[in-house]
Amino acid sequence: MRRIGIDVGGTNTDAVLIEEGKVVRAVKAPTSEDVTTGILDSLKSLGSTGVLQGKKIDGVMIGTTHFINAVVQRRHLTRVAALRLGMPASASLPPFCDWPEGLAALVRGGVWMVEGGHEYDGRLFMPLDEAAVTRAAEEMKAAGLKSVGISAIFSPLDPGHERRAAELVAKVIPDAVITCSSDLGRIGLLERENAGLLNAALADLARDTIAAFEKAIADSGIAAPLFITQNDGTVAEASQARRLPVYSFASGATNSMRGAAYLSGLSDAMVIDVGGTTTDVGQLKHGFPREANSVVKVGGVRTLFRMPDLLSIGLGGGSHVQLASEQGPLKVGPVSVGYRLLREGIAFGGEQLTTTDIAIAAGVLELGDRKKVAHLDAATCKGVFAEAARMAEEAIDRMKTEAGDVPLIAVGGGAFLIPEKLPGVSRVIHVEHGDCANAVGAAIAQVSGECDQIFKDLSRAEALSAAQGIANDRAVAAGAARASLNTIESEDMPLAYLPGNSVRVRVRVVGDVAAA
Amino acid sequence: MKRELSLDDIESLAVGAWVLGTGGGGNPYLPLLNMRLLYKQGHRVHLIDSNELADDALVGTVAGMGAPLIGQERLNDSLTLARAVTLMERHLGRKFDALMSMEIGGSNGIRPFMAAAHLDLPVVDTDTMGRAYPELQMTSVAVGDLTGYPVSLVDVRGFESVVHKVPSWKWAERVGRKIVTEYGSTAATCQPPRTGAEVKQWGIHGTTTKAIAIGTAVREAQRRHEDPIAAILSVEPGKLLYKGKVIDVARRTTEGFLRGVVRFDGLDEHRGSTFSINFQNEWIVGSRDDKPVVMTPDLICVLDTVTGEAVGSETIRYGQRVTVIALPPTKIFLTPKGLQHVGPRAFGYDLDFRSVFSA
Repeated sequence: MRRIGIDVGGTNTDAVLIEEGKVVRAVKAPTSEDVTTGILDSLKSLGSTGVLQGKKIDGVMIGTTHFINAVVQRRHLTRVAALRLGMPASASLPPFCDWPEGLAALVRGGVWMVEGGHEYDGRLFMPLDEAAVTRAAEEMKAAGLKSVGISAIFSPLDPGHERRAAELVAKVIPDAVITCSSDLGRIGLLERENAGLLNAALADLARDTIAAFEKAIADSGIAAPLFITQNDGTVAEASQARRLPVYSFASGATNSMRGAAYLSGLSDAMVIDVGGTTTDVGQLKHGFPREANSVVKVGGVRTLFRMPDLLSIGLGGGSHVQLASEQGPLKVGPVSVGYRLLREGIAFGGEQLTTTDIAIAAGVLELGDRKKVAHLDAATCKGVFAEAARMAEEAIDRMKTEAGDVPLIAVGGGAFLIPEKLPGVSRVIHVEHGDCANAVGAAIAQVSGECDQIFKDLSRAEALSAAQGIANDRAVAAGAARASLNTIESEDMPLAYLPGNSVRVRVRVVGDVAAA
Repeated sequence: MKRELSLDDIESLAVGAWVLGTGGGGNPYLPLLNMRLLYKQGHRVHLIDSNELADDALVGTVAGMGAPLIGQERLNDSLTLARAVTLMERHLGRKFDALMSMEIGGSNGIRPFMAAAHLDLPVVDTDTMGRAYPELQMTSVAVGDLTGYPVSLVDVRGFESVVHKVPSWKWAERVGRKIVTEYGSTAATCQPPRTGAEVKQWGIHGTTTKAIAIGTAVREAQRRHEDPIAAILSVEPGKLLYKGKVIDVARRTTEGFLRGVVRFDGLDEHRGSTFSINFQNEWIVGSRDDKPVVMTPDLICVLDTVTGEAVGSETIRYGQRVTVIALPPTKIFLTPKGLQHVGPRAFGYDLDFRSVFSA
């Protein structure tokens, strides 16, 4: 297995080559305005080291913030037709009803609500009004709308109405790009519908971005399939990422945690990722980040994405350091020089004292000009390191979910701020290539499948096994090798007030990318 | 005095009602969203005190019944709630003078206002629980032995049912629950009508105002980056019981209820001591180091330590950092009859009620 992992960060685009489980080479190139130039540069730089010579690459896995940035910055968005199947229910809360007005005004091409949908137990809520769907499609066509988001009540349980409506819309608008909310998962109509509408709004950008990534890879002379990393630490084939770009919203943090697991060989540990400006603390369970509570806001829109549960604090390699003086006690962060570190740090001829300057003065880092920081004595450096350690310790304690001491993996460019010993931590692990942990995480990403659905009148074991089967099939459909599938999450929740033995089961499986 | 509620009041009401939900009652987010849209369309709602009601005034009690999960797919609809009220008026052959809330805790704390927006009726600043509870007989009006029928139940597809007469509140709960299940486990309901005199004698007063005050305190503290829990305790005579993080959640369903236990590990000044809470939709009994220290009808509120917002029993999860506080219940529930309805034994715990506030 030979893969290239690429992480497009705010400052650098990192690329790593992994061969038979080992990091062969890691390179950095500045992130470019158009993003793809940075990718091309990093691939060229990797190629120039000769490590790719005559070798077949099994996959290029890219982690990108392209799609979430488009939503947050409200750029490159497609106008969307929203079609909801569920009348007469939910009429007072139509699609887009809880979006920030500015974003809704850009994306909302029109709203159509017709009869349809299911009950929690699979019974029909209302028969699908097919004539009304076709009429809606004709109106969408007349309005020039080509991207359509379809949602239906309880569609995660029975996607039948959404699929049928998609067929009817495609008959009227043959080149329509259609997102069905059931492809995005979970119970919660408004949040699932929002995810579908955001996805539909990214239709044009996803098509163009994936095409540009494919071109960058081809231009670099590498013949390998493209995969895009997703929020949950797994990858999707390019074709699926083009169809469901929202799943790639927040892969950066996940990738660095997964990379930390891989580089350290630990699957259950705390991870501290110290960047230039912020430090993220999270927890690995079975090699994957523990997920945040269900509702996540993206660009002000409530959704139900799978995102890692992270605590971010203002500590990093570029953090401003204010030494103790009559103005006040020692202070580290939260302000940072960010990507201007190599200009503004004292050791680089600038005027702002940063944590990196302290590390250079203490001889921990060999960077810049040590003479420029010679005035910082050992006691001063020790004090700053102690303050950084205190901040890290507090964040780790907040995120820990067990009482005993746990191992901690320190990664990221600012990992030098994390000492070898911390209270509450059994051991601190610094790993080689830890500064490229996110690109490593992209390179090793797996494929997942999930099932989140209500089962009735089954024993707990039967319900879990039924959910497992559905999750397995979905993972295989997404490109996983069946033999490699592994269940990493299994959760069942008995439902209050519902008759019979209703239980909501969520199962998630992951597996290796199947060989082409 | 009749006063118009601002949208900001209602935003606060949603936060405060969720705190008073004591773990159950459903997150008021969707009812709040309805109110935002109704206000945008020009609707307004008004609050009155119970002492402004004439003794022979007629008051409709509005509530949603069903599983909160269903409400996440079949979203709350304000017109359907209004129809439950007008169905009851048709059944009684008489118009209501005002509406009130059955349950201030959770979603039902806002639902009367959704109906009121369409019906041009004021809402009385009174409810019948002062919090959230899982069943219809767990109300002050049931403790007062007021009649437990008729109940109207409406489904958005046009179904209308009335439970015309039942022998007791428990029967109202059983028969009503069957209808709700057939509807798809969600219904808009109008609970047994009350006279002004009954509301004044058996209602729990000032609870909407209380929820707004709690919500305002939390939102103000959030804006100023101050401690929201201290803010709640500055407007309510509550007690901080525990600060910690969730280390285990065990859930099971029996007889249609979500039961289970949450275990916490201490943080800050509570490091080294453990805490657990048993729940049946709502938080019922809290124990420190395995000794029961707080129990129903005292309100047990589990709050997110950082935001001060309530955490529900359906969504609480491993690793969450929370603070547990207690708020005092209505006196009606502290009588022997009240404790029969809502004391620890009503939930199957063989404990003599001891208030955390009597210590």
